[in-house]
Amino acid sequence: MSSGLTLNKITAQKGISIAEATSRVADLGWTPTYVQEAETFPTDYKISKVPRDPMKQVLRSYFPMQEEKDNRVYGALDAALRGDMFRNVEPRWVEWMKLFLAIIPFPEISAARAMAMVARLAPGEELRTGFTMQMVDEFRHSTIQMNLKKWYMENYIDPAGFDITEKAFGKCYASTIGRQFGEGFICGDAITSANVYLTVVAETAFTNTLFVAMPSEAARNGDYALPTVFLSVQSDESRHVGNGHSMLMAMINDPSNHLLLERDLKYAFWQNHTIVDAAIGTFIEYGTTNRDKNKESYVELWHRWIYEDYYRTYMLPIEKYGIKIHHDDVAAAWDRLVKKNYVHKIAQFFAVGWPVNFWRIEAQTEKDFEWFEHKYPGWYAEFGDFWKWYGRKSVPGETNMLFDQENGYVYPHRCWSCMCPCVIREDFCVGEVDGKLYTYCSEQCKWTHTVAFQAEYEGRPTPAMGRFKGQRIWEDCYHGWDLADAIKDLGFLRPDGKTITAQPHLRFDQKDMWTLDHVKGHTIQSPLVLIRDMSPADRDKHVAEYRAGFKIKPCNCGNGHHKH
Amino acid sequence: MEGTATPIKSGAAGAATFPGSDSRKFNYYDPKGRKSTHYEDMTLDVQPDPDRYLLQDWIINFPDGTPTYSKDWTRCKSVDWHKYRAVDQEWEKTHYQRQSTICGTVQSVIENGRRSGAAARFDKSWVKVLQDHLGAYKHAEFGLGTSLMQAQRYGFTQMINNAILTNSSYKLRFGQDLTLYLGEIGLDIEGGIDKDAGKKHWMEDPIWQGTRRAIEEIMASSDYLEQYIAINVVFEPLVGELFRSGFVLQMAAAHNDFITPSVVSAAEGDYERNLANCVELVHNLLNDQDYSLHNKVIIGEWVEKHAKLAHAAAAQLQPIWSLPRVKVASFPESFDLARNRFNNVLQQCGLPVPAVTA
Ligand SMILES: [Fe+2]
Ligand SMILES: [Fe+2]
Ligand SMILES: [Zn+2]
Repeated sequence: MSSGLTLNKITAQKGISIAEATSRVADLGWTPTYVQEAETFPTDYKISKVPRDPMKQVLRSYFPMQEEKDNRVYGALDAALRGDMFRNVEPRWVEWMKLFLAIIPFPEISAARAMAMVARLAPGEELRTGFTMQMVDEFRHSTIQMNLKKWYMENYIDPAGFDITEKAFGKCYASTIGRQFGEGFICGDAITSANVYLTVVAETAFTNTLFVAMPSEAARNGDYALPTVFLSVQSDESRHVGNGHSMLMAMINDPSNHLLLERDLKYAFWQNHTIVDAAIGTFIEYGTTNRDKNKESYVELWHRWIYEDYYRTYMLPIEKYGIKIHHDDVAAAWDRLVKKNYVHKIAQFFAVGWPVNFWRIEAQTEKDFEWFEHKYPGWYAEFGDFWKWYGRKSVPGETNMLFDQENGYVYPHRCWSCMCPCVIREDFCVGEVDGKLYTYCSEQCKWTHTVAFQAEYEGRPTPAMGRFKGQRIWEDCYHGWDLADAIKDLGFLRPDGKTITAQPHLRFDQKDMWTLDHVKGHTIQSPLVLIRDMSPADRDKHVAEYRAGFKIKPCNCGNGHHKH
Repeated sequence: MEGTATPIKSGAAGAATFPGSDSRKFNYYDPKGRKSTHYEDMTLDVQPDPDRYLLQDWIINFPDGTPTYSKDWTRCKSVDWHKYRAVDQEWEKTHYQRQSTICGTVQSVIENGRRSGAAARFDKSWVKVLQDHLGAYKHAEFGLGTSLMQAQRYGFTQMINNAILTNSSYKLRFGQDLTLYLGEIGLDIEGGIDKDAGKKHWMEDPIWQGTRRAIEEIMASSDYLEQYIAINVVFEPLVGELFRSGFVLQMAAAHNDFITPSVVSAAEGDYERNLANCVELVHNLLNDQDYSLHNKVIIGEWVEKHAKLAHAAAAQLQPIWSLPRVKVASFPESFDLARNRFNNVLQQCGLPVPAVTA
């Protein structure tokens, strides 16, 4: 008996091939003849080619495969508890998960909704199975992340902040930067949102930083749960990238799409940079206690995944179709990360506003300083004093960082496009739309609002393009409010009704915790309201001053609360 | 002055007591029952709402001014769209477990059946019925699945959209189940099964044109609740179950076919759950504090419109009952059962029975 002949082979039956199976399944669709489907989510793109399905899968094998993945995740969560993971977890890290996991389930489920928008656009049904799997995958991602969050809430030392998670997502001054990520997937031109912004850029380029870099850092902080969940999530992503690429290829040969593609690739790349790098950059660099100098910094990871894998390997080859790629923006984003300290300035912003957050942010310490200086030469001169101030001001009774006049921090404007703070002062700019003044973090974001999200683009009508709306500047909602009243209104209070959910330290003791009494008497102001009220001359002066930046005053206060 | 930190070595629950240290429940929504269910924790408020916690409102609009989510995407109205809970309480884990179990069951039924040479013993007249008519019917399931995939974008809450999403997932899986099943038994049947016959009948055979029309009307609707209700309250009992239970499940055994009923009955199990989810939503809308009457009129219109189409579709299926060699079921009996079932569903919902099935 030949060694290749196994019981399995003897009993296995001839089946239909996977190619045959997928082609039969694709043939389930037909062109309606009695009533036409309404074009419910319009696009300005033309899709005349049938997108090809690169994955060749059927649901019958998909569901068991995914269930198996799930079993591994839930098994690992049980094992983490048996192994007493939370005894050794770093609270600095888990605290940031209150923010991250508040934001991410909505973009995930939005990706599921987005499948409705792309599925009907393309001729043929070959990609339908791919879209179906992605729809169910994203339902998986959204609810498995909610489950992880609940699990942290049940097992971590300080559940406050997890307990209000979805409410906090809609209200917090930091989570607001995640809003475009989510709505951007499902509103406006269907291809712009559900294909280019979601799949071609967010999933292809940026999910590696979210779902691969984050897990590594989690593990370094004693958190074995997040890696289990997020690597499982990431394992679905190649399927989504495949869907996006097929759609792209179905449009790219039509030169009438090129102008729009150039617009959307530029918009999506830049916004993914401002949003994802702000959030994930901060989590990874500031949420960790691991200061191993041999590990890659966020910018080193960025270079590998965004610059090499996305820009050079994925984007550059599409130039041969005649698409102009946004080379300058890739270089500019890189400069913002490496030379202009984007992540560090965002972390500073998250920290000064701690009372209107819903998690704890502790000060960085000497050990952290050394690592930052090693990875980002010059860091200490610019940010060392800030974190010393922050440590010093973490004690209840001190003046809150936001309003403290001693430290020299100047509160930033917000960007109307990406909703992130305009922390790179020299890139700050203003613009006008319909006679109204708006502020932006960068020229690229100004272009996004004033040029891209309009009814016409470079002389071409774009009737399907979305519009920026809503109260996009968080501070506008609380302009003129007392800080304590704002916190009460946000609902960011612990169950005793007076202790603030957020704390500027990791001291798990009532006597160290800030209450409303410690923050009242300060008035929140919206920089946008203020700048709109200025005379043109004052405004120009203000912009020039703002762009010149500020300097943190020396903190001659020893090492904050850290004793050596 | 300095905070004198008590060094806490553990990050585990209970390692310290301080304000909020025991706040271990999601506290931003009201559970439907006495205690929150896991499904509620996974689902509630994930799709935000400016009337609840979305401080800055929707931040993107469609060019006509419609925001990212709009209550105007259905003609039904509700004072509280957040009240609804899916009866099957599905979230990802339960969904994959259930789908995966079905896939496993269906596949092992097919494998075992084929191993014992079952398909080769099917009655010849029955093989042709499967090829032409089960082959045609698989397209109906696909059309329902794609309609629901479209509909899950529009609901005003996560609870509604996820219930529609899982419904879509079940339908699309079943459409594929039938497709692959026919392909596989075709390998064991002398002369095979013509893979194009089903679609040809779906597109051209007068027997199926009423059904195709009914499905296309559902696909074309731009009201997501019209789609959801037309599918579960109207089409499924009048046409879907009629064909699946009233024909396939009744006739198969008499033609030596013990496999097809197992494959098809998975869809009956799916439908029970999706029907319960849908009836619960209709029940909420019909008992809405402010819009109960309004909703009754709107849903009544939908039921009437789609009942007419589905009823006509069902009537056109009649010739299929005379195709198999052994006539164990009669069309009038099956059709009566379907009409009763439909009328029962309407009664459960509190909706009047339209003239066409009265
Ligand atoms: Fe996802
Ligand atoms: Fe994805
Ligand atoms: Zn910006």
